[in-house]
Amino acid sequence: MKYYFMTLMPYAAIDQAERLKYDSAWVTLPNSLYDPKEGARLYQEYIDDLVRADQLGFDGVCVNEHHQTAYGMMPSPIVIASILARETKNCKIAILGSAIPLRDHPLTLAEEHAMIDTISKGRLITGMVRGIGAEYHAFGTNPAKSHERFHEAHDLIIKAWTQPGPFHYESKHYDFKYVNIWPTPYQKPHPPIWIPSQGSQETIEFASHPDHKYTYLQTFSPAVQVKKFLDAYRQQAETYGYEADDSQLGWSVPVYVGETDEQAIKEARPHFDAFRTIFAKMPMPMLLPPGYTSVNSLMRLMGRGNVSHTPTLEEAIKDGIIICGSADTVREKLAEHHDNIRFGHFLANLQFGTMPAEMTKANMHRFAEQVMEPLRARKETKQKTKQDNLAPVA
Amino acid sequence: MSTSQVTVKEETHKGYALTTWELGAGPPLLFLHGAGGAANMFAGEQPAAFLIELAKSFRVIVPEHPGFGVKERPDWLDNIHDMAYFYLDYLKGLDLGGVHVVGQSLGGWIALEMAVRDTSDIASLTVAGAAGLRLKGIKKEDIFLWTRDDFVRHMFRNPEVAKAFAAHEPSPDQLKAMLRNNETLALLAWEPRMYDPNLDKWLHRIDVPTHVIWADDDVVMPRPYGEGITALVKGAKFSVVPKTGHLLHLDEPQAFSQAVQSFIMEQAA
Repeated sequence: MKYYFMTLMPYAAIDQAERLKYDSAWVTLPNSLYDPKEGARLYQEYIDDLVRADQLGFDGVCVNEHHQTAYGMMPSPIVIASILARETKNCKIAILGSAIPLRDHPLTLAEEHAMIDTISKGRLITGMVRGIGAEYHAFGTNPAKSHERFHEAHDLIIKAWTQPGPFHYESKHYDFKYVNIWPTPYQKPHPPIWIPSQGSQETIEFASHPDHKYTYLQTFSPAVQVKKFLDAYRQQAETYGYEADDSQLGWSVPVYVGETDEQAIKEARPHFDAFRTIFAKMPMPMLLPPGYTSVNSLMRLMGRGNVSHTPTLEEAIKDGIIICGSADTVREKLAEHHDNIRFGHFLANLQFGTMPAEMTKANMHRFAEQVMEPLRARKETKQKTKQDNLAPVA
Repeated sequence: MSTSQVTVKEETHKGYALTTWELGAGPPLLFLHGAGGAANMFAGEQPAAFLIELAKSFRVIVPEHPGFGVKERPDWLDNIHDMAYFYLDYLKGLDLGGVHVVGQSLGGWIALEMAVRDTSDIASLTVAGAAGLRLKGIKKEDIFLWTRDDFVRHMFRNPEVAKAFAAHEPSPDQLKAMLRNNETLALLAWEPRMYDPNLDKWLHRIDVPTHVIWADDDVVMPRPYGEGITALVKGAKFSVVPKTGHLLHLDEPQAFSQAVQSFIMEQAA
């Protein structure tokens, strides 16, 4: 299993009382609540976190894209990934992902990702997403064209990376007379593609397709849902006639490691609560604009009843929406989830909500030293035992 | 035949099984519905009150737009122009001579797009709360961010009508139709938001009697849109229905239908 550090870069300096006067932290929250000086401080801290993750031995660092929101200060993950291409030395740099259908000219993404891949000498992981519903309000892009544009933009980017140019790309929504990007990616045929999702059959079919075999990443979901969707991927791969490797599956989840279980819960609570209630919450019409999700999927979703329940930290821990506790507890939980769910990539969100820099730093150290390294050692022992057991047969 | 007796038909046009409701007798009148769809107007024991009123003087034909209702959207439907050409073909196929075309909101937009292209089958044009025109600097509410409560609060100005709407619990089919309607509305009108950037250049081509009816308190398509359309269509008449919101035909069905009917009768006289 590979370990990644993930951050959303929330605007943690938000005035929570002011924020709560509005529906959500997205799209319509006045940006007069944003203070550029606080923003400058937070960017430094968050970039320090990402660079520290490389030094602590994480396999990768992850950034993502959200627009016009206090939820995350990365309207362009390209900017942050570009910095990391030079500031980090060994780790993978995962952009999870670029919201490709939002672009009227997705070739810019083929170019920018190729640049970062080259500058980092092949350390880029390219995530491709549609962007959540709120982005379609923020960007004005038509949500009813989102699926089509995603597939066409994906197709264009892959072709731009793999087919010799110049060539003419023609699809329903895009028509580019000259596709002939310089530079092309450092990795051949192209950087690994990851598809982050909160779970949809269409996405699983797309990611697991034999022509793709893209890594499917389940984000912010209860552990039972993670298992359900990762199993659905394995099942779909079987339907396609191959066995999915664990490296095709990943899970992204908030993690907090404290000195003791009690301390961990006490320390994580305000920041987890802020994550859920201040940053993540949004009204349904903002989350699911018409056409973003198929009518049939929406009917199923509405059938499930209360989808907007905000869990308490205890509920979230129980459901595996967050892993929180002492190092022993987190290590055991993670090992248990890994054995039960099986995934090749684990993305720990070690900063969430309003968590301040010192606390994030301590969390990262405890996770890296007392969770990640022991689990890596355990795996090596396990493999060694397995080999020792096999030896006498020969 | 009672004016509220309704005939439902399904006929294939351009590969799409178009549902139409018909009621009343007299000169033919095509009613083009707004984003709320057509089925709701026939879901109760009686058709919507404004239709019963219109049916006293007209043979009222109400199609459910392709892409609206429980059916799948046809592949050919990409934009408002497709919709306009579809209905122009449909009118030609009906071969009724001149049809009085009445459109509300999205339906009004479709009617305008039809009329700038071809009026040979159109006797008169009536648009109410019509979308389609671009006007800069007019504050409009964003219907795509509305919750159901917002919808009720913004759309109606008749408290009784608003109350009845809010109390209605949609059936699964109605819910599905509502989701489909919203999806197709987004396809047609999300971007650019509720307008065709080229429509204003060609509204002068409309050469049939035209009536622009507006609510006095429309927050979706505020009154300057109605005045703007009126100014661009030669000889168009502008009227306002008092105490109404964007869904003026539901808020004040008698006054709305009266306005539609009296204009058409004046033209005939």
